Amino acid sequence: MTKWDYDGPILEIENLSISFFTRLREIPAVMDFSCTVQPGEAMGLVGESGCGKSTVALAVMRDLGKNGRIVGGSIKFKGRDITRMSDEELRDIRGSEIAMIYQEPMASLNPAMKIGQQLMEVPMIHEGVSKEEAWKRALEVVRDVRLPDPERMLRSYPHQLSGGQQQRIVIAMALMSKPALLILDEPTTALDVTVEAAVVDLVKDLGHKYGTSMLFISHNLGLVLETCDRLCVMYSGEAVETGSIKDVFDKMQHPYTQALFRSIPLPGADKTTRPLIAIPGNFPLPHERPPGCNFGPRCTYFEAGRCDAADIPMFPVTGQERHETRCLRFKEIDWAAPPKAARQNEKGEVGRVVLKMEDLRKYYEVRGGALFGGGDTKVVKANETLSFEAREGETLAIVGESGCGKSTFAKVLMGLETATSGQIFLYDNEIQSTPIQSRNTETVSGVQMVFQNPFDTLNPSMTVGRQIIRALEIFGEGKNDAERQARMLELLDLVKLPRAFAERMPRQLSGGQKQRVGIARAFAGGAKIVVADEPVSALDVSVQAAVTDLLMEIQRKNKTTLLFISHDLSIVRYLSDRVMVMYLGHVVELGSTDQVFSPPYHPYTEALLSAVPIADTKVKKKHIVLEGDIPSAMNPPPGCPFQTRCRWKSRVPGGLCEKEVPPVRDLGNGHQVKCHLSDAEFATMEPVITIAAE
Amino acid sequence: MLKFILRRLGVMLLTAFALTFVVFYLTNLAPNLEKLARSEGSVRMTEEAVTAWIEQNGHSGPVLMRYGQWLGVVPGWTFTDEKGVTRGRCIAQDGDAALAPRYCGVLQGNWGYSTVFKQPVGPALLEKLGATGWLMLWVMIVMVPVSLILGVLSGMREGSAMDRTLSTFAIVSTATPEYVSGVVLVALFATATTGLSPLLIDMGLLEPKKTLFLASSTSAMDNITFWNFTLPVMTIALYGIGYIARMTRASMTEVMTQQYIRTARLKGVNFRSVVMKHALRNALIAPFTVIMLQFPWLLNGVVITETLFNYKGFGWTLVTAASNNDIQLLLGCSVVAVLVVLVTQLISDIGYVYLNPRIRIS
Amino acid sequence: MEPLTWTGSLSLLNPVLAALAALLVLAILARIALSFFATEPAVVVNPDGTATAPNGLWSLSVTAGKWLFLSLVGVLVLYIVGGVVTPLGSGGIFGAAAKKFLPVWIALVVLFAVSLRFKRRLGLYGKLFDSTIGMIGFGLVMFWVFTAIFADMIVMHDPLGQISQLKNKAPGVALPDGSGWYIFGGDHLGRDVFSRMIKGSQVVIQIAPLATLFAFMVGITLGLPAGYYGGKLDSGLSFLANLILAFPVILLFYLLVTPEIVTTGLPQFMAVALFIFPLVFLTILLNSRYYVQPQRRNLMVAAVLGIGGWLYLSLISTPGTAVSFFPAAIDLFDVPPNILIVFVSVVFVNSPTVFRIVRGLTLDIKTRDYVSAAQTRGERPWYIMLWEILPNARGPLIVDFCLRIGYTTILLGTLGFFGLGLSPESPDWGTTINAGRRLLTIAPHPAIVPAVALMSLVLGLNLLADGLREESLRD
Repeated sequence: MTKWDYDGPILEIENLSISFFTRLREIPAVMDFSCTVQPGEAMGLVGESGCGKSTVALAVMRDLGKNGRIVGGSIKFKGRDITRMSDEELRDIRGSEIAMIYQEPMASLNPAMKIGQQLMEVPMIHEGVSKEEAWKRALEVVRDVRLPDPERMLRSYPHQLSGGQQQRIVIAMALMSKPALLILDEPTTALDVTVEAAVVDLVKDLGHKYGTSMLFISHNLGLVLETCDRLCVMYSGEAVETGSIKDVFDKMQHPYTQALFRSIPLPGADKTTRPLIAIPGNFPLPHERPPGCNFGPRCTYFEAGRCDAADIPMFPVTGQERHETRCLRFKEIDWAAPPKAARQNEKGEVGRVVLKMEDLRKYYEVRGGALFGGGDTKVVKANETLSFEAREGETLAIVGESGCGKSTFAKVLMGLETATSGQIFLYDNEIQSTPIQSRNTETVSGVQMVFQNPFDTLNPSMTVGRQIIRALEIFGEGKNDAERQARMLELLDLVKLPRAFAERMPRQLSGGQKQRVGIARAFAGGAKIVVADEPVSALDVSVQAAVTDLLMEIQRKNKTTLLFISHDLSIVRYLSDRVMVMYLGHVVELGSTDQVFSPPYHPYTEALLSAVPIADTKVKKKHIVLEGDIPSAMNPPPGCPFQTRCRWKSRVPGGLCEKEVPPVRDLGNGHQVKCHLSDAEFATMEPVITIAAE
Repeated sequence: MLKFILRRLGVMLLTAFALTFVVFYLTNLAPNLEKLARSEGSVRMTEEAVTAWIEQNGHSGPVLMRYGQWLGVVPGWTFTDEKGVTRGRCIAQDGDAALAPRYCGVLQGNWGYSTVFKQPVGPALLEKLGATGWLMLWVMIVMVPVSLILGVLSGMREGSAMDRTLSTFAIVSTATPEYVSGVVLVALFATATTGLSPLLIDMGLLEPKKTLFLASSTSAMDNITFWNFTLPVMTIALYGIGYIARMTRASMTEVMTQQYIRTARLKGVNFRSVVMKHALRNALIAPFTVIMLQFPWLLNGVVITETLFNYKGFGWTLVTAASNNDIQLLLGCSVVAVLVVLVTQLISDIGYVYLNPRIRIS
Repeated sequence: MEPLTWTGSLSLLNPVLAALAALLVLAILARIALSFFATEPAVVVNPDGTATAPNGLWSLSVTAGKWLFLSLVGVLVLYIVGGVVTPLGSGGIFGAAAKKFLPVWIALVVLFAVSLRFKRRLGLYGKLFDSTIGMIGFGLVMFWVFTAIFADMIVMHDPLGQISQLKNKAPGVALPDGSGWYIFGGDHLGRDVFSRMIKGSQVVIQIAPLATLFAFMVGITLGLPAGYYGGKLDSGLSFLANLILAFPVILLFYLLVTPEIVTTGLPQFMAVALFIFPLVFLTILLNSRYYVQPQRRNLMVAAVLGIGGWLYLSLISTPGTAVSFFPAAIDLFDVPPNILIVFVSVVFVNSPTVFRIVRGLTLDIKTRDYVSAAQTRGERPWYIMLWEILPNARGPLIVDFCLRIGYTTILLGTLGFFGLGLSPESPDWGTTINAGRRLLTIAPHPAIVPAVALMSLVLGLNLLADGLREESLRD
């Protein structure tokens, strides 16, 4: 079957309902979902995990697995109903008319097949072209996705490529047959920020070039703003608001959308003067949805007897084109009113220096080619000349992408590894070469850690209470079991969890609740320094604010020093006092939040700032796209670690960047930068982010 | 790659030495030697005579020295009796002691003398190994394709009727050790009183007093026929089929849930091609290792089956050697068995690397 | 007296059974054939939320298969009930066997009724009753466990008693004095095959699970540190494990389980080494958790060492052997050396595999954040291994435990088959098969009966493991 022409909308989804059937019950995943994608249009689908956005995408592909069924509504692709197509017809459409790009690029490429073969397969199946023709096309597309050395790429296996390159191959595969509709399911979540920016850029360009319509699924509002023309916000299986980007971002008409925007750290938010407003409560489980409005129980505008009476349909917003909302009260609410409970927090006091690192280095010896043994041992320089200090009650953010050495630094600080050279002072004790077994209880309980992955941070086979009590036992808190039990309950209070949770198993808790338990456990011994390793990055947007808030509150109360490791500059700007930017084991920039977020920047910081998507239409960003990928820490470039991707490199005379590691320079007021650029060049730097006046 | 193989070979040699030493030690324990003395000399030997016999036949001395002699890195023992006749490990019967070599162990190709077969161990073993080789060949020919096909068929659609049926068959066959399946097969196909043969005789399809298959495979030593070889081959293959099919199925179902299979499906590849082109190679990596590591277990099966069907191959020899306290023969059998296991492990490692491109280049 | 027929007065059920079985096979074949031509039709969803498949050939074969299977089971139950209610002998061989197994039936019905009633409260064990495969497997296993427990009530004759007239007589043969029957016939010495099978179950049920448990203790105690620490310790232990694994099992048995070796005392020294592991395991387990509360720790460890140590010393010390130092007055029990050597070699063969599994699981789990959390709060390595890692590896270990009991059963049979270890008189299944195989072409039943028994037990364990695996993966 050949492609057919149709001039209506590319995709029309009407009142789509999808359910999954388990042994016990039917679980509705998507209810009454409608949306339309016009030719050449990019539609964003935004929501938290479990809201059904990926299910919609898979339904368009008719690939819901064994248990999933479309139970109502229709999906029209170019006027033809996909829900009624035979397997044969579906196969014809898949890959040629509708293509999909997935979250995990490594997992979506066949590990045992060369990339060329995987690409050539598409036109060979759908258009029956010859091998030579398919090879030619594959080369062309690989060139289009801006991969170096396309011939070699086609002849390699997926694992030989980096994550960013793999994702480009997946994109190339999707574009092989010039589809009319491209579905992107969180295409950049697994990638580093700077790589993500380049991929997003590519997708946008190619979308225009090939005239493809896009369905872009993401949990990141900023990313949707950068890529899409329209968006649809989903909550708990329903679309709650849909409209053009401009309308939804600036004139939102649904309480959930509003709450979402208020809970993410946008420029201008500040932990003391304009704190985030967390959405209360939890995301309802699919079989525990409330009657009426799904968002009702968490909504500040909730009106009992009305919002929970009956299912609520979508209402068109008058005066705006194709803008709809699923809220009964949208006309009554004053959307411009400032948030009610904008409480102000007093600024935490910064005390004396509690942690000081001087010239810390951590090198690993790694055997080359682990499987075959032998080989030369290579030295991986995970941390190179790290020096900084952190004060009591201060939040120091450590920013960097994968391989920058932030986790190694945490390990050395915790005593899980010992430093190769340099010193770490905790108060006045040197601890750099004391492994954790030899540290005294006070030191151990004084430095604690909050982990990234909420699903991994608690032992799945021990009750929540037992895990906290164990920490108390180890830290020597409490004289007997009864005292420890009481202290454990207090800790649960501290992290705002009901006391009944002590008896629960971790699997009965949501991600945010688990993270709270993790925090309670870290503070069991009255920790003075807490290393938070991306504590909220795996959480849903609406929960992130609450957990961040909690951390800040405990910090203020206990005067804790918080070392906040993150790759997300928005949240870093929101909560940190000082920022340390790391790249390939080096600290490239260190200073107060204001210093780091305004020029002059280190070139890497500049690129990082530009790469982070910001969900605010008023923000104008400078467009800086870094070429290539982050070099491997096993094989760092000579000279400046950043020189392979630096756009300022040409301004430094004599190729100095390739020869020498730059010295640390003080730009005044403790603002340190590791760069060869002259002061004059620094002075020419412009701010990356500007906020347009209202 | 070369380095990897060399390293593996090194570990393999070390393992081989360790294992042969253990076998040597266990077979040359004092009670075994006493038993040997009595069986070679006379049953009514006195304690002193036994001790003397052991000394005169080179079985005394530190065990490491004796192991060295057996290996061929220590000069073989010699003993000159009262009559001035010198005997020794390296001296042939009635041979001239002066002309004999000093070293004559396994490394020199001298595997000792079998007391059961009354012939040197080397040629005896070689002949038996040949017989077992035929058995294994047929087992492989039956087992590998059948099990892989069964595994792939049941793994490609998890939970289908075919999957359930084939899985049940696989579980039943893995739950049936060779000595059970052998007994059941014989009862079903090879007795004149029960099973199928009487039925077939009644129906006139079989000559009276004959059976469908033969319960003894001794005749297969000279001439392999369908009639005398089916049952032993099936007995060994049945267990392996179930095991490998289950492994293949598990591997196949896992591969079928991978993201790249979904990618292929959503590219518009039809189901047949998804299975053949995308899933199969990935799914066969694991079973390949399993098939190779299956050899040690097959060795077990061979021993049981050859004993059960009286097929005089390697397994039968091992049992004979062990139950008759034939130390040299048993040592020879152990060396062969250990080498078979180690070589298959090496092949499986190398093959794994070749099948799995992810490992090859990293 | 007349010899018994197979089904006696219950034979009117035979045609029904045959017809049902044939139809079931047909239905299954039809479904396989259908699956080649048609894909599964889409399920239609009713307004009330239930899903039904539309009528058609496909669903017909599915429902037919289900009902045929159920009615087949029903007919089999009828046989059993018929056998139980009719007087001994009138129900034929099957009827008589069903009647003798009465205590087992009662125990099974009670067990299943209670478990099904409370299955939601019983964790993983309860979930087993959601899977048909798992239930069948569990039923088979428990059948043999109860048989072993009630063996003395079930046997019809002395398992060692010989009646020379009944040598190699077919199943159902009557005793010469008319006092009863050899329902499964007589063996080559004129002993009752049925009673020997029943008594044989005791040997297996006693040794196999216990030996597997010991192998797990050894494997866990060594596998955890190997996986957790890695490095030289891991290389060394892995090398040792591979060494044992490279040994062909039969050869090992032939070398270990011989009378000559027993006289050297080697098995006893191995027992001394292997049996210390449970003691070490329990002590470390308790110490690592309670060392922060010394009083409680001391009490518990002292109790374990006291009781466990006594048991350990009683176990390894046997008068008249190489290891016999424990005064008879406080020596609780003696294990005959030939049983001990069987036990030890089975443990020895199984441990390296368990070691490898535990090591692999440890390597996987030790990268989890909760292990890092334990490390950063200064937990000692053994606490992390035993309380953070081990409980989270329990799923695969439980499944493997079931499989491994089956494997151990096969190994025990192998030993018996080669006449190693156990006495030739022993009624255990392997030895009986070995005795029976020589006359296989003349009288197959003495070998077939224990063979089928052994197979059904191993099959049950395999099905049980499969059911457990399926259910534990379901969450």
